[in-house]
Order: sequence, then structure tokens, then C-alpha cells
Amino acid sequence: MNESGTGLRTVRALATGTALFGVALFGELVAAVALVGMVLSSVLGLIFLVPPVVRLVRRMTRLNRRLAHEWSGVEIDEPYLPEPQPPVPLADGWYRDGRSLYRTPRIPAFNRRLSWLLKDSATWRDFGFLAADVWAGGLLAGAPAILIVVGVVQVAGGSLLGLLWLLLALGSARWYAPWAVHTHGVIARVMLGSTEKARLARQVDRLARARTDVVDSQAAELRRIERDLHDGAQARLVAVGMTIGAAEELMESDPAAAKALLAKARDASSTALQELRQLVRGIHPPVLAERGLADAVRALALDTPLRAHVTVELPSRLDAPLESAAYFAVSELLTNAVRHSGATQAWIDISSAGDKLRITVTDDGHGGADASRGTGLAGIERRLAAFDGVLALNSPVGGPTTAVIELPRALQVERPPLTWKTVTMGICWSLCWLPLFPQGFVAMILKLVGMKEKSWFLALHMPPSLQWPTIIGMILLGTGMLATAATLSAQHRKANEVACA
Amino acid sequence: MRVAIAEDLHLLREGLVHLLRAHKFDVVAAVESGPELLEALVTERPDVAVVDVRLPPTFTDEGLQAALAARKRVPGLPVLVLSQHVEQLYARELLADGSGGIGYLLKDRVFNGEQFIDAVRRVAAGGTAMDPEVIAKLLASNARNEPVGRLTPREREVLELMAEGRSNAAIGQRLFLSESAVGKHTANIFAKLDLAPSDDDNRRVLAVLAFLNEK
Repeated sequence: MNESGTGLRTVRALATGTALFGVALFGELVAAVALVGMVLSSVLGLIFLVPPVVRLVRRMTRLNRRLAHEWSGVEIDEPYLPEPQPPVPLADGWYRDGRSLYRTPRIPAFNRRLSWLLKDSATWRDFGFLAADVWAGGLLAGAPAILIVVGVVQVAGGSLLGLLWLLLALGSARWYAPWAVHTHGVIARVMLGSTEKARLARQVDRLARARTDVVDSQAAELRRIERDLHDGAQARLVAVGMTIGAAEELMESDPAAAKALLAKARDASSTALQELRQLVRGIHPPVLAERGLADAVRALALDTPLRAHVTVELPSRLDAPLESAAYFAVSELLTNAVRHSGATQAWIDISSAGDKLRITVTDDGHGGADASRGTGLAGIERRLAAFDGVLALNSPVGGPTTAVIELPRALQVERPPLTWKTVTMGICWSLCWLPLFPQGFVAMILKLVGMKEKSWFLALHMPPSLQWPTIIGMILLGTGMLATAATLSAQHRKANEVACA
Repeated sequence: MRVAIAEDLHLLREGLVHLLRAHKFDVVAAVESGPELLEALVTERPDVAVVDVRLPPTFTDEGLQAALAARKRVPGLPVLVLSQHVEQLYARELLADGSGGIGYLLKDRVFNGEQFIDAVRRVAAGGTAMDPEVIAKLLASNARNEPVGRLTPREREVLELMAEGRSNAAIGQRLFLSESAVGKHTANIFAKLDLAPSDDDNRRVLAVLAFLNEK
């Protein structure tokens, strides 16, 4: 970097640090206001002051987080617990909160918000940050500016000591100022960042929601299967049994009628099979079980009236539940394309990147699909959410429609197993220097020079007749280890390339 | 006629053996797994094989794979594949070598002994026997195919039966038409689909299936 660039950077860092100090001062003011509010609410019972006070504090710390990102280059996530759900009325229209009942949702909602705000450790850490910032990070970042001000004041007052401050501030600014600005951000992250607890709480919240969705849809699915079996195949098999019974009775007296009944029973069993087949297809398509996702999607592409082009690039079969979710997602997308888009062609692309599975379904229809309107698409999203998968739909009016499904951790990425080869490779790489250099070459040089010092060189401790053989043996051993390590590494690399190809 | 059977469900296997023996077939092998089937097909060289798609040990499409492998080693070996479900994908794979002698039926078609035996004989003779459901799927996926759309309803019926692998005589019997009337319909169909006409029943069927498979 050239001189003027560095200079500009220093000036900017100085200005930023000064501004951060100013912000910290303002934060102190906010903290003081918040303190008054909190004292009033707890001592005088003005509990309604809590939410606005917390809102004020949060607004201030939100500014701090943004500045940390924009000025100090430190990313800070919001640490707050998820907002509480609004209260749900009981069957009689009343709202319950603890052991009390309320006619309107206002008080229960307020109570929930209050406990959400007060129980969140981030609330108190925010408060602590605002109170402490000016004394810690703020002072650090603002130090050059303060020194300069003090220096100027003292110089103006005729004291030469001020000159020292000025020199110190300006002389060190080049290194100090950018560091201080960055450090301010790091300190802010410690106080304002997400705690592990808050992160886990958010994740639990998301997982709980996904689980509820999955359990609900699964229960509905089972109910549908039960109904289909009950009204369909089961009823037909009862009819088959009865018809065969009737035929049995007629066998002697009226063989012709018995024969007709048996034919009827056969037809009914055929229909029952037909229905079971439909049902099985909806639960887990046989071709998916037999061939996996790639061929199952090819089979889908053959069955759709669209001209569908399928490209699949998968290193291995997926887990059955994932395979099934991916299959039904593609199936639904194709069905939508046929029904709503007026498309004539579709392109399905299934590929993997690392352990992530990505499916793209594109059609040449007129677009305008909206994920929030169709129940089918919502169903896909729910189903995918159970696997942390997402569906992104891009469907401008006029087309084309592109749907991208991404499933993380769908594929097992092969970690190289710890074989004797990898172990040997590791040992050889890490230890080959030992016999080669100190015990080999260094010992050789010492021997040639005729040093008396033996130190830890094995060869020099040997009887004179064995000293040279030991040195040469060490060098050979070291070279051998190096060669082995290099050979095994090359093999390993080649194997990886083959596996990737 | 010598026939080999591969089916893992004991009852169904016995039923098939029984049915085929009753129609004067010589059942030379009745096996229950993929590897056994391949072995039997290659060593016994039956006139026709009746094969279930899903077989042990993997319970995936073991039977289909064994049948395809056997046809690679014994070209044109007639194979009738039975399954609980039919897939266009599998039908394509079976028809891919274009040499005929292929059947692909739902398992319930066994219920109708006469028709099933007829299908076995047709396949053994180098013809085809496609399940009506396969043909229905083929036609459904060709729904937006223009030439198919130009067929009259009657011609469509004839096309369906022809694609199943039936001869003109059999189609006539089914639709209560004279053989010459069926011949006229087939000529029209071939003209509309822009296919070269052929007098050979088997070759005609394969041409129609290839056309529908093109999509």
C-alpha cells in the first residue's frame, strides 16, 4: 500500500474511533435513561415502563451492531430469544394466563412480552454494554482523539507537556487507530453477540415448528391411507370372500351360476389390487425402492405428458426418507407444471455439491406460480423442512418457472478411513526429517569436523567402527521414509481424483 | 415347450407351475432368486422364461436385471416379466434391443389363465405382450403428441391392442371386426404416424412401441 493510502486509512480510522467514542457517550446517556426507567418500574411499580425502555436499549444496541459491521468489520448476530406467540383464546373466548382468566388478550400478551424481555439475558447484557462501552471499547477507540484534545488544550495553555501527547497520539495513530476500531467491534461482539444458549433456543424453536408440521402431515397421511384401505381394498376383499362363499354353495345345484360368481370374484380381486397399487405408489413408489432417486425421476419424466429432460449426477443412493421427500417434491413440481403452467417441456437436474443435494426443475410455461398460494407447494416445503431442505421458486409472469430444491447433508461424504496407508503416510511425513537431518547429515558433518560434543546424535555414541554405518543407515532410513510418504500421497491423490470423476 | 419360472412367493410359484403344466408346458426350472435365475436361463436355455421383477437377495429389480443379463448372453431369449406394478422405464429397457420376444405384464393378468397362456406363447414365438396399463401410460405420456392426436377413436383402440402385441386376427376378434377391416385401420395408423408399413406382426408391434417410446 502506498503512503497516501495508509494516511487516508489512518485518518479514517481516527475519525471512526472518535465517532465510536461519541456513540459510546450517547449510549451512556441511553443507559442512564434506562436505569431511571428500570428503577421507576421496580421501585414505584410502573411496570408498563419496561417494554419501552427495553425497546430504547435495543434500538441503541442495534445501532451499535450495525456500526460494528460497517466500521469495524465485525459481524454481530442479534442474540434475542424468539418473540412469544400471541395468546390463543380458550374455547369460551377467554384468555388464560397462569391461574387467571382475562376477557381480552391485552394483559396476557403484555405478561408474555414482559417475561420474554426480562428473562432474556441479552436484555441485561445490552444494558451492561451501554453502561460500560464508554469506559472500555469507547475509551480505547477514542484515545487518540482525547490525547489530541488534551494536548491542544495544554499547548494553548503554554505547557510543553501537551506537545508530548500530540506526538504520541499522531505518531502511534498509524498502527493504533485501525487496531482500536477493530478491537472495539470485537469487544462489542462479546457483549452484544448471540450466546450459545440463545442460538440453541432459536434452533430448538425452528426444529419444534418443523417437527409439529411433520407430525401433523404424517398423521393426516396415515389417516388417508387408513381410509383408502378401509373403503377400498379391505371392502373389496370382503366382497370377494362373500362371492366365493356364495359360489361354493351354488357349486352343486347351479354350476353355471357358481362359475359366473367366481369370475366376478376374480374381477373384484383385480380391482382391489389396482387400488392397492395406487395406494402404494402414493406411499413409496416401487420404482423408487427398486432403483433409487435417479431412475424414479426418469420414470416420472416418462409418465408426464411433458417432454422432460433429466440429468442426474449423484455419487450414491440417498437415505430412503430423503429420497422419498425429493421424489415427491419433483413429482409435485411436474404435476404443477402440467396443470397450471401450460408448459410443453421440462428440465430436471439433480446434482450434488459436497454433501448437499440440489434439484432444479425448470419448465417453459407462462410462469406466475406463487409458493404461498398453492397447497401443493406448501406441502413440499413442509416435507423438505423436516430435512432442513428449502424450496426456492422463481416464476416471473411470462415464464419460465424455475424451482430449486436444496437439501443439506443429504449425501454421505466419504471421509478417508484411517487405513494403515494413511497412518504410515502420516508417520513418514512427520518423522522423516529426524533420521535424515539431525541423526544423518548433522551427525555426518560433526563426524567430519571431528567435534568432541556428542549431544543426542546416536551415531557419535556408537563405537568408532559403527559410526559411519549408523550415519549412512540414518540417511537411508530418512530418504526411504520421505519416498514412501511421497508415493503414498501420490496414490491417495490419484484415488481421490478417480472418486471425484 | 420348455419354460423357466422365477418367483419368490412360494404359493404363486406353485400356482404358475401348475397353470403352465396344465397347458402342456415343460417346466424345466422354478427358482426363487436372481442369481439362480441367471444360472437357469444360461444353462437350461428354456423356450421362454416367466420372471418376477422383484426377487431376493436384494428385493429390488433383481429379476429384471437377471433377465436383461441373460438376454445379453443368449440374444433373443424370450422373457415374460411379471410385476406388481408396471413402469414405462422398465418396458423401455426390455424393448431396448429391439429384438422382440418380450412380455411385460401385471401379476394380476395371471388370474385369467387363457389370456396369460396366450401371452406366454406369443412371447415364446418371438412376439411381444405388453400390459394394457403400460400401453395406457405410453399413450397418456404421448397425449400432446400430434400424430397420435390425429387418430380416430377406433384407430386408437386398434393401436392400443396392436401395441399390446396382438395380431390382426386377435384384434379383429376383440373388436368384432373382420381381419381386413383391422388391416385397413392399421394401414391408416401407420400412415398417420409416418411409419413404414410391414406385413410381419412382430415387427409392426415393435415399430409402434418404438414410436410411442420416442415421445
